[in-house]
Amino acid sequence: MDSFKQAFDLLFSFDRELLRIIGVTLRMSFFSTAVSCIIGLPLGTLLGTHSFRGKAFVKKLINTLMGLPPVVAGLIVYFLFTHYGPLGKLNMLFTVRVMVVAQCLLITPVVTALTSSFVEERARPVIDTAKGMGLSGRKTLFLTLSESRGMLSSVVLNAFGRSIAEVGAVSIVGGNIQWKTRVMTTAIMLETNKGNFSFALALGIILLIIAFAVNAAASFTVKEKSDG
Amino acid sequence: MKKVLALVMALTLAFTLAACGSNGGSTAETDSTSQTAVSEAPENPVIRVSTTTSVNDSGLLPYLLPAFEQETGYRVEVQSAGTGAALQKAKDGNADLVLVHAKASEEEFISEGYGVERLPFMYNYFVIVGPKDDPTGIKGSDSAASAFTRIRMKGAKFVSRGDESGTHKAELKIWGETAPDPESESWYISAGQGMGACLTMASEQQAYCLTDKATFLSMKDSLDLDIVLAESEDMKNTYSLIAVNPEKIDGLNTDGAKAFIDWMLGEEASALIAKYGEEEYGAPLFYLIEE
Repeated sequence: MDSFKQAFDLLFSFDRELLRIIGVTLRMSFFSTAVSCIIGLPLGTLLGTHSFRGKAFVKKLINTLMGLPPVVAGLIVYFLFTHYGPLGKLNMLFTVRVMVVAQCLLITPVVTALTSSFVEERARPVIDTAKGMGLSGRKTLFLTLSESRGMLSSVVLNAFGRSIAEVGAVSIVGGNIQWKTRVMTTAIMLETNKGNFSFALALGIILLIIAFAVNAAASFTVKEKSDG
Repeated sequence: MKKVLALVMALTLAFTLAACGSNGGSTAETDSTSQTAVSEAPENPVIRVSTTTSVNDSGLLPYLLPAFEQETGYRVEVQSAGTGAALQKAKDGNADLVLVHAKASEEEFISEGYGVERLPFMYNYFVIVGPKDDPTGIKGSDSAASAFTRIRMKGAKFVSRGDESGTHKAELKIWGETAPDPESESWYISAGQGMGACLTMASEQQAYCLTDKATFLSMKDSLDLDIVLAESEDMKNTYSLIAVNPEKIDGLNTDGAKAFIDWMLGEEASALIAKYGEEEYGAPLFYLIEE
């Protein structure tokens, strides 16, 4: 109970450091979601609608990547961006941008797999029906998109949820630097390591509140739109 | 379509919030720039310090840094990890200087050419903490080695960091004096976690544990443990500053590292370090090495 009280006190104290941590968290999660959806949605659609040689292999690869442990993703990105690594010249280690790279490595496979299985199961029949009805290409696309909106939002929110909750990879490549790369999850880790368990839990509660607010904002806007 | 639009709007909202967050940050940066204008602006204002959890998490660096940053216009980015990881990050070229506490590893770091010079500047003592009633009778031991021998003989539970940190290495050195290696013993718990997590584990299991005093004192209220042995000579814990060698690693902020080291060894920092912890715990947490 202490943690709950602490969480609310903290949230409404508008502590500058906490606001900064929340800001970095949202920025990282937003860009991770955006980039992995930009890559994963078209790729998943392609996998779901087209047959090509090696498709089974690509699907296996994506399923394997879905099981990639975040710490391993973090290590791979660390070795890519470390000072003497292949991309060391970019000087991006311990920045929010490199955290987004690590996140995309983790989330893009999930977005791709979710999209492709949805397209296979649901969108394909829609396309076939549209073709059967003799609809034009544009109308087919419109119909498919309008049938897919639920899927789109769940895929995007899933990606957002994963990226906001990630800790292993972002602590390795971000370095958990105060004011710069510290996010909610790595702050929680730090407090746990310091033994401040109840304060850490308070931060966890705030993280949940943020995640809930983003989800609620999404569905609330949906509701208002369809009512109006 | 509407749902998608809504989603885009929701994410835009999230992004706006995120942008607000970063605006807050840039205000802070503007603040420090205006301070910089007062002192002379360093060419490369970011100093990357790789240090151990006992220095950062005990609050010492967060306590010292604002004064340094305000005076010099530098911005210090601190990463804390166990000494092993802290030195590795520097070897990988991702830090300008290290502040650690494991003499053997530091000397190796320098002999491999990564460090310029080891500058020991402060020390404190590790302490052995354990159950308040001290069932194994550690109190009154004349050294950490004899306390460890007693723990081994009685098979008392002992929580080890097990993470290659400076504290872990100091612990292994003391066990080394009592040989053989305890790692396979059933009473020896190798946690592989930070100091705080290990202390919590020791408290839950009523086990003994070797810890730095700062972390223990900062958590004392939430632990069911007491110090059973303090300040024996074989538990002395020396902290050193080492600038990373620009001849071995390129792209370093060597000027920044030098400025930071000079400031840390200077009078102002010394006075601050000597006072740190007195108010809160009644005794300083770190002592300066007198030249």
